[in-house]
Amino acid sequence: MSVLSAAFVTVFIATVIAQAMPLLLASVGETIGEQAGVLNLGIEGVMLIGAFSGFVVTLATGNFWLGMLAGAVGGVIANLAMLVLNVWLGLNQIVIGLAITLIGEGLTSVLYLQNYSKSSTSLGTAPELHIPFLADIPVVGPAIFQQSGIFWVSLLLAIAVGFFLAKTNWGLSIRSAGQKPSSLDAAGGSVVKIRSQAVILGGAFVGFGGAYLAELTTATFTPFITNGLGFIAIVITMLSRGRIVFVVITSFVYGLAVAIGPALQVLGFAVPADVIKMLPFIVVILTLIIFARSSVVPPALGAPYTRGAR
Amino acid sequence: MTPSTAPDVISLRDITKAFPGVVANDHISLDIVSGQVHCLLGENGAGKSTLISILAGMQQPDAGTISINGVPAAITSPKAAVDYGIGVVHQHSTLVPAFTVLENLMLGETGLMMQKKRAAERLDELSELLGAQIDPHALAADLGLGQQQQVEIAKAIWKGSRLLVLDEPTSMLTPQAIENLSESVARVKAQGLAVVFITHKLREAYAMGDCVTVLRGGRNVGHISVEELATYSEQQAQDAILRAMFGDDLKTVGAEDAAELAGATESTREIRSIDLATRPVRLELLGVSSHGHGRDVEVDDVALQVHEGEILGVAGIDGHGQGALAEVVAGQRSASSGTVRFDGKDVTRLGVRGRQQLGLRYVTDDRLHEGTVGSMSVALNLVIKRIGQRPFWRFGQIQNKAVDQEAARLIAEYDIRTPSPATRAGTLSGGNIQKILLARELTHGARLVVVNKPTYGLDLKTVQLVREILIDFASNGGSVLLLSTDLDELVELSHRIEVISRGRIVGSVTNDGPGTAEKVGHYMTGAIEGVQA
Repeated sequence: MSVLSAAFVTVFIATVIAQAMPLLLASVGETIGEQAGVLNLGIEGVMLIGAFSGFVVTLATGNFWLGMLAGAVGGVIANLAMLVLNVWLGLNQIVIGLAITLIGEGLTSVLYLQNYSKSSTSLGTAPELHIPFLADIPVVGPAIFQQSGIFWVSLLLAIAVGFFLAKTNWGLSIRSAGQKPSSLDAAGGSVVKIRSQAVILGGAFVGFGGAYLAELTTATFTPFITNGLGFIAIVITMLSRGRIVFVVITSFVYGLAVAIGPALQVLGFAVPADVIKMLPFIVVILTLIIFARSSVVPPALGAPYTRGAR
Repeated sequence: MTPSTAPDVISLRDITKAFPGVVANDHISLDIVSGQVHCLLGENGAGKSTLISILAGMQQPDAGTISINGVPAAITSPKAAVDYGIGVVHQHSTLVPAFTVLENLMLGETGLMMQKKRAAERLDELSELLGAQIDPHALAADLGLGQQQQVEIAKAIWKGSRLLVLDEPTSMLTPQAIENLSESVARVKAQGLAVVFITHKLREAYAMGDCVTVLRGGRNVGHISVEELATYSEQQAQDAILRAMFGDDLKTVGAEDAAELAGATESTREIRSIDLATRPVRLELLGVSSHGHGRDVEVDDVALQVHEGEILGVAGIDGHGQGALAEVVAGQRSASSGTVRFDGKDVTRLGVRGRQQLGLRYVTDDRLHEGTVGSMSVALNLVIKRIGQRPFWRFGQIQNKAVDQEAARLIAEYDIRTPSPATRAGTLSGGNIQKILLARELTHGARLVVVNKPTYGLDLKTVQLVREILIDFASNGGSVLLLSTDLDELVELSHRIEVISRGRIVGSVTNDGPGTAEKVGHYMTGAIEGVQA
């Protein structure tokens, strides 16, 4: 393969997208929760449950869309624990979050090993959507405009969330629940209701992201497949300060960091495999060091709301 | 615009609300009539705030009914209150600092899309009513306190209210902003709305009220109707209200002090004047800037002097660097530049304990968390700043006998009302917790004490006691750096008043007779609202 050939660049771009999308979706989900004041440290577990649900359904039905839906449903169910224990009962978000992560990791590993460890688990490739004209552009066409329809739907959903948070009364209520829940209460809104909606919707996005990872990025499921991606999503969420545009940009920077390692090797640079594996995390750490000073989180993040308590 | 029909009446009957250990509202009945300003007077803990929470739907009464024009109204939630047309401006701001004015006003609206254009139009209408022009796209956090309050009022009457409730709206305003507020209230009243105005200052009740109801200990202890108030002379009304507010305490406090505490009269200086020129400088700050890590406002290039036996007041809107100033003097926050001198000695690099041993003490405004450890005994809280020191600790071991003796002495001297020295400090009332702090800081060679909002949230008797303690301390040669948001308090206690705004000292006023409060307010307004002083 000649260096920087058309095929090489095409694969590179496609890899960036494949790596960025699960993170992007999970970060959007986490953003919705955090904007409403609910810090979900269980996102890693929720992603795994979403990934496993999607994997099982697609493996059984052969339908990728059904799998994505199952992932979203799985994410919502996993987030119900956060909903009941934190939003309704006011228990500590950090403890619940860690519990959800551990449960998600354990549950999906056990179920996978029990049921699928001995059979073929490849999901194959999802049907691609050829966008007329654009798909025929050299290099960029095959990389971007021959993606699965799921990619486009995911992108649209992310943009829709950004729009809803910024422009609608519902988005305003969500943000006020994270900024100052007592204000929402005094204005006649319901903090519990708004936070419940945010947690459910957020769970759907995180689960959706997990399913994207299993179905489109890796085309299979393995235990601990997320490999800390959920925690990176938390970082991205905090750095993005609720702005979906930043979520999209930082997610693609991460995707770039993942894709660049194998690319360097292909190009003949003798980069140790360990360094390549570390690269995305080094990028995240560097980003944190440079930008974390401005990571302003909603003031009420992590605090259960009780009326009248100041 | 005069209402052609009979005025709306909101009737509260026998409202009762109990919390563990205290009956906050005990069969309170009153009528709120549209087109009138109904003043609700009473000291801290009289039950005003609870009554307002019930009207606002934040809390439910244990017994009693509310009816509007004879029709029972169940105000089960803040939303229900809004639907009944009850708009409340709470004592603590309900604005979201990170939202713009418009976003704050639209919060709570239904419908899918934010209607920014319509909201801006509505704000324009209300601006005329309130007599204030507010930039709809400014962040709430960037507004001055007076403007924030105007936004809160606009929010309360956003949907065309029937009743506007103002809970202690003047407590943090400058005299000039209070003037503006009273004009706004008059215009709102003229629109045919009922207004409930809560205050603990008598003279505001005169200035704005059409009728007055006095609460004490959760009960309605006196009502002066519109007709009565119109016929009473000022003195008669004052006497009637004071009798109701203080009851039997009136004799112990004394009528004159009571009148002053209740804000009936202009505050006057109570402390003897001293000749500053003959007194040595005890504390001196030279170009001090602080460096913290919170979101607090830091002090910026502050210079001031406190003399022996002097009480130096620092006036300012809450959150304008008072916390940083107090901590940088106490040694809890480091100075990034400048010099702190104490008794002529440079203590800039000295830590908290070092300064304490020199006699520099600090009474924080966060008496519940920073000031005391609620889960520990009163006795331990009284010696907690001397951990490891003899005679209370020896070889790392606590000496219970010595601690108890010291505690007994301080409890008696400062009249701390506690069941026993072993009682957990957190179970005491705010006033007694404040006495613990003062007792701890003012003993053992205190030469200067920094007090931040020393009487905030206390009942009138304790307020008076705390002020007497500070005056005594100064009369005996101690120095006081008094940070307060209560102008009356500053005028009563201080020899001089510095005005702080956004972390800088913007003016200095010598407290020598009438007009001090206005001068101080002038500096505060000029600095904060951007008006040329």
